Amino acid sequence: MSTPRARVVVDVMLKPEILDPQGKAVHGAFGRLGFDGVADVRQGKRFEITLDGEATEERVAEIRKAAETLLANPVIEDFAVHVENGSVEDGPVEDGPVESVDEDAEQVEETVR
Amino acid sequence: MKIGVVTFPGSLDDVDARRAATLAGADAVALWHGDADLREVDAVVLPGGFSYGDYLRAGAISRFAPVMEKVIEGAREGLPVLGICNGFQVLCESHLLPGALIKNDHRKFICKDQRLRIENNGTSWTNGYDAGQEVTIVLKNQDGGFVADDETLDMLEGEGRVVARYVDGNPNGSYRDIAGITNERGNVVGLMPHPEHCVDTLTGPSTDGLTFFTSVLKATV
Repeated sequence: MSTPRARVVVDVMLKPEILDPQGKAVHGAFGRLGFDGVADVRQGKRFEITLDGEATEERVAEIRKAAETLLANPVIEDFAVHVENGSVEDGPVEDGPVESVDEDAEQVEETVR
Repeated sequence: MKIGVVTFPGSLDDVDARRAATLAGADAVALWHGDADLREVDAVVLPGGFSYGDYLRAGAISRFAPVMEKVIEGAREGLPVLGICNGFQVLCESHLLPGALIKNDHRKFICKDQRLRIENNGTSWTNGYDAGQEVTIVLKNQDGGFVADDETLDMLEGEGRVVARYVDGNPNGSYRDIAGITNERGNVVGLMPHPEHCVDTLTGPSTDGLTFFTSVLKATV
């Protein structure tokens, strides 16, 4: 049995008042592909951080600090940190009750470029 | 007078920046991102390019390169530092300058000869220009939109810290047409257009950019 691993997820989004040209490009593509009724698209980033051992309060605080220092630029971005339920073994991780995220971020970036 | 130019992995314009420094009459010194050593230079240029592939955010990873510890330390003590394009992004990420740079509002890479107005000729890098002088300097960027909250923008304008503004149209969605800003002391300047490409009529639309490099010679005498 390997050491239990916890997963901490950091979601980063541009602040609402900051223009998101990538989100705009995706929104435009929605229209062209016939996905109607979409009012707006904002693109963000999701970081999945796997810890050795438990996600103690202290370690999550450390990740929060890392998010503030590196993963997000607080001048233009907001971020949220949460711990996923269950430990990370070989199998897929069970998601906690969190907001759904964009699985196609890489593909989206391709479209923009 | 030695001007150091930092090379990060993915820097593109470090050689041009060194050439501009040489043409201005300085000794150009190559600095390496991985060395926490400024090699006794009198000024530093952070050049354009795509350091670390712009991963995470433009400038976000470069900001933690070993050389940046020394650059940040020096800048706080008055060392002249010019960040061009990607270098401007690094300076904002380092919090040496306020605000941030995001993708161009029109979502395309831009490359053009850009008219600028030099609004602050009191900085270490612009003292050779006349106040209000208009110049043509190459602009080429993807993440060139300067953004900050209104309070910061008002502060920058109120304190005369807008170094250069775009004229004849805003090319990238920068708030209040801002092309370059400086810190309180005037030794740190971030600029989106590329003065190092405008030092020789053989390869650029003007030689208007050379004055950035000759200015710093005067500033450090």
